Amino acid sequence: MDLKSLSLVAVFAPLAGALVAGLFCRVIARSVAHTAAIAGVATAFVAALLAFREVAGGARFNGTVYQWLTTGDYAFEVGFLIDPLTVSMMLVVTFVSLMVHIYTIGYMRDDPGYNRFFSYISLFTFSMLMLVMSNNFMQLFFGWEAVGLVSYLLIGFWYTRPTAIFANLKAFLVNRVGDFGFLLGIGLVLAYFGTLDYAAVFARVPALVGETIPLFGADVAAVSVITAICILLFIGAMGKSAQVPLHVWLPDSMEGPTPISALIHAATMVTAGIFMVARMSPLFELSDTALSFIVIIGAITALFMGFLGIIQNDIKRVVAYSTLSQLGYMTVALGVSAYPVAIFHLTTHAFFKALLFLAAGSVIMAMHHDQDIRRMGGLARYLPVTWITSLIGSLALIGTPLFAGFYSKDSIIEAVEASSIPGAGLAYGALLIGVFVTAFYSFRMFFLVFHGKERFGAASHGAGGHAAHDEHASHDEHQGLPPGEKPHESPWVVTLPLILLAIPSLLIGYVAIEPMLFGGWFADAILIDEVAHPGMRELAEHFHGAAAMALHGLSSAPFWLASSGVALAWFLYLRRPDLPAVWQARLGPLNTVLENKYYFDRFYETVFAGGARLLGRGFWQGGDVRVIDGFINGSARFVGWAAAVLRFLQSGRIYHYAFTMIFGLLVLMTLTLWVGRA
Amino acid sequence: MTLAEMPFILPDLRPASAELFVLAMACLILFVDLFVKDTRRTAVFALTQLTLVGAAVVTWAGTSGEVVYTFSNMYVHDFLADMLKQLLYLTDIIVLFYARAYVVDRPLLGRGEFYTLTLFATLGMMVMISANHFITIFLGVELLSLSLYAMVALNRDSATAAEAAMKYLVLGALASGLMLYGMSMIYGAVGSLEIGEVAERLQAGVANHSILVLGLVFLVAGLAFKLGVVPFHMWIPDVYHGAPTAVGLFIGTAPKLAAFAIVLRILANGLLTLSYDWQMMLLIMAVLSIVLGNVAAIAQHNFKRMLAYSAIAHMGFMLLGLAVGVVGGDARFTLNAYSSALFYVVIYVLSSAGAFGMILLMARAGFEAEDLDDYKGLNRRNPWFAAMLMMLMLSMAGIPFFVGFFAKFAVLQAVVASGQIWLAVVAVIFSLIGAFYYLRVVKLMYFDAPADPTPIQAPLEVKALISANGLAVALLGLFPDTLMWFCLLAIRLSLSVFA
Repeated sequence: MDLKSLSLVAVFAPLAGALVAGLFCRVIARSVAHTAAIAGVATAFVAALLAFREVAGGARFNGTVYQWLTTGDYAFEVGFLIDPLTVSMMLVVTFVSLMVHIYTIGYMRDDPGYNRFFSYISLFTFSMLMLVMSNNFMQLFFGWEAVGLVSYLLIGFWYTRPTAIFANLKAFLVNRVGDFGFLLGIGLVLAYFGTLDYAAVFARVPALVGETIPLFGADVAAVSVITAICILLFIGAMGKSAQVPLHVWLPDSMEGPTPISALIHAATMVTAGIFMVARMSPLFELSDTALSFIVIIGAITALFMGFLGIIQNDIKRVVAYSTLSQLGYMTVALGVSAYPVAIFHLTTHAFFKALLFLAAGSVIMAMHHDQDIRRMGGLARYLPVTWITSLIGSLALIGTPLFAGFYSKDSIIEAVEASSIPGAGLAYGALLIGVFVTAFYSFRMFFLVFHGKERFGAASHGAGGHAAHDEHASHDEHQGLPPGEKPHESPWVVTLPLILLAIPSLLIGYVAIEPMLFGGWFADAILIDEVAHPGMRELAEHFHGAAAMALHGLSSAPFWLASSGVALAWFLYLRRPDLPAVWQARLGPLNTVLENKYYFDRFYETVFAGGARLLGRGFWQGGDVRVIDGFINGSARFVGWAAAVLRFLQSGRIYHYAFTMIFGLLVLMTLTLWVGRA
Repeated sequence: MTLAEMPFILPDLRPASAELFVLAMACLILFVDLFVKDTRRTAVFALTQLTLVGAAVVTWAGTSGEVVYTFSNMYVHDFLADMLKQLLYLTDIIVLFYARAYVVDRPLLGRGEFYTLTLFATLGMMVMISANHFITIFLGVELLSLSLYAMVALNRDSATAAEAAMKYLVLGALASGLMLYGMSMIYGAVGSLEIGEVAERLQAGVANHSILVLGLVFLVAGLAFKLGVVPFHMWIPDVYHGAPTAVGLFIGTAPKLAAFAIVLRILANGLLTLSYDWQMMLLIMAVLSIVLGNVAAIAQHNFKRMLAYSAIAHMGFMLLGLAVGVVGGDARFTLNAYSSALFYVVIYVLSSAGAFGMILLMARAGFEAEDLDDYKGLNRRNPWFAAMLMMLMLSMAGIPFFVGFFAKFAVLQAVVASGQIWLAVVAVIFSLIGAFYYLRVVKLMYFDAPADPTPIQAPLEVKALISANGLAVALLGLFPDTLMWFCLLAIRLSLSVFA
């Protein structure tokens, strides 16, 4: 099959699965729903594999498959751009999605919304593929909003829980802020380039260098068109990829079922922003201002979100903050023009983070939907597969040499070191500290969950069910493991995806680093100005093979930072479990800041949400009730009065009627004979 | 030349064959009715329907698109006439089906007269539609009116019906007088009663303008009475309300088609040179009707009365289309304006038939279903009919994408094309106010609890017809092109401006 047919298959197979599972969700059996959905995604995965082979063989596709509408000079089309960047994303999306689909059979087994859930995740796969395979901004925006919609639906999947509804509304609103910038950016593209087609836009970029948009009147200030476009597009990415200060929705999104946390809020959707910036590299390369902005935002996210991971006690929230932090790493990589490295880290992260989330889900199932890591411990004996796969995922996350995360994260750090873009120095420091923090919170969680004393089943937990987040209302009666009961390993549909994800978490870095970063894989998909931004080139100069890099990694700063992080976690949580409480008390104010998540939520809730409510109430009371309602009610009263008068005139007396006719006749006569001819 | 010396030439009867057929059948049915023992009058009903179908076939066979005059130019046969007659037969057939169960339940109504009077009224309307002479017009109008007076009074034991019939008769006589007076004055000024000749002589510019305009005012007043527009509307609410619903349905639908025809023939064909004067009159009446009809309908609690005011507003809206055809002596806009008015009147007849049909569907022996409160909770009693009535109401309110929207849209487009934006604004604002009372019906059906939870019983053909009627409003809204095309064709082929 040619690339065009393959891309059509890849896109529409999950959509077909979603339609079957969704439209007939009330009538079909569960097995039909999951078979249809999994068949769709598996087809898409096979199509992605075949497309990968074609693209590796040099084939490319960039064309329109459907013209939606033309207005004036603009044509809005649905089209695909299949190049190395696209197929990499397609592989990641379809593979992780397939794993999550299989895992869901086990995880959602008892849920009444089983079919609906399958419909949503297949729909998500379709939307995400539309996003990454697009060849124009309009379709990109469609995919962007469609994944946002499905994310909204899935965060609020258990729609009877107020916390879930709060979380999905929050995600929706925060993403609106980002999308506002994104839409403005797309609007600027359309205004200045006259087209939304990627290739046409990139071809016209040189003509727009130096062009400025006047701000506040022509003379006061001006901003370069490219910079404005890049920053606005990146604001969109900040919303979708949860960068500070638009990150607040991601931790709350953990209200959704765990499989979608793995698929949407770790592996795929949240990386859409990263992908988008990489895709737009010909634009971003021309604006150092925008790149600096990206570096700084990414560095702040990477470091400060990592700190928050340390104090979380909810197993999913630890992983969520780690995701935020890792997204910050990718963003920094984009900012220093190491786009391939960002995509590389995106890929490795997708595997090990999906693995960690699914493993967390497996633990949650074993604990009967208790998510508090303080009530776990010693689970390694009971959940051997989950334990070993979690270990692999954690080692990959903290950047242990030879593991997937090591290659991508070390490449990012080296690229930042080599960069001279303003803000890169700061970012370098932030990322190094981040390595230590990552190692510490990852193994804090790992030790608390799998090692040490068995703390589950204690009598105290009955009252402490408040921390149990990941269950449906119908499960409420059995959250947490009853005293005396031992946890059990999950069924094969859960452990199989863990194993299948553990393999790439272990190997993908070693295998892929050379072709992806230095083999020119992205040569025609990503454009880098090597003179101005030499990071990638220096990286290539220092690279002497994956094995050598691992060896060299043993003596580098990140390795020692990570090791000390793990050691500290071991000391504090296994060796001296009494110490954390002491330290926590001693660092009171700092702890308070962290527990309040730097007060972002409170600030937003007071200033923006509160302000908006205040403004709304003002408009409602002042504008609506007084002015509009006053006018409407007034006119309604007037009409009512007029109707009553007219009713009175319809007296029922025939001479009144006849008089009216004669009077009307006289008026008409007067008008035509005198007024009309005047 | 004395009368005896005038050569008698047998007129060409072929163009009027449909009229002759209906006349013969009406007389036959009158005769047959004497011998029918069946109190349900099934045979009479069937024969009447067959007559209408037969008339449709005869008319169809004679349709050519050419303009043919006969009876010494007193009668014209053209595409407009054919189209309106076909719509007339169709309306009659629908009306009779809707009315059937209702009149059978009511002994005074369900006699042969109901059917024969319907046929004579139809004959009158056919004459009106094909009239090319003031006398012919008057003949048709009187035949129609006399039949209607009798029909309103059919239920002679009902005081309201008798009162309505009396009012209708007196005011109708007054209107006929006005019209006749206007015709005589025009004859005095021009010296002819034949529409084509009047137009020619006016073109030549020999007439006394003051007398002519005076005649015009009287004539327009008479026409306005037939259409039921302000200030000649007073009979409408009382007659719609007082007449038996089955008769109200008939009065509220078919005569509007005939009235449209004579207005178009007299004003646009005969008196086009006076367009400045009559357009002004029509505009005033149109605006007054839209305002009064929509506002007064809000205060009504009786569904039939509400529909009466709605009819006034609709006829006003239709007049808007007729009133903007000529701009500053330029007849360029006529095609669009008049065809939009024709489209409007057709759609009005369709929706109005459906709305009255719903009343008849809900009515039982001893229960009229006239009050708006009778429609409370209809959705719970029968969701399908509630949906049908909702579609009819939404269409009448002019909500896209029901056909009522396109009817309003076409007229407004013609108004805007004539450059009178303010007029369009007024029409839209008052249509908006009018939407209130249509939506109120929807609200009653869907959000209120039913006062009477009994399921609705009606004959199958009425249920099917109501469904077809409601769906037609929705379907025509999706595909308004064909009907619009027919309207354009009828106006273009039949108006002397385009000859």
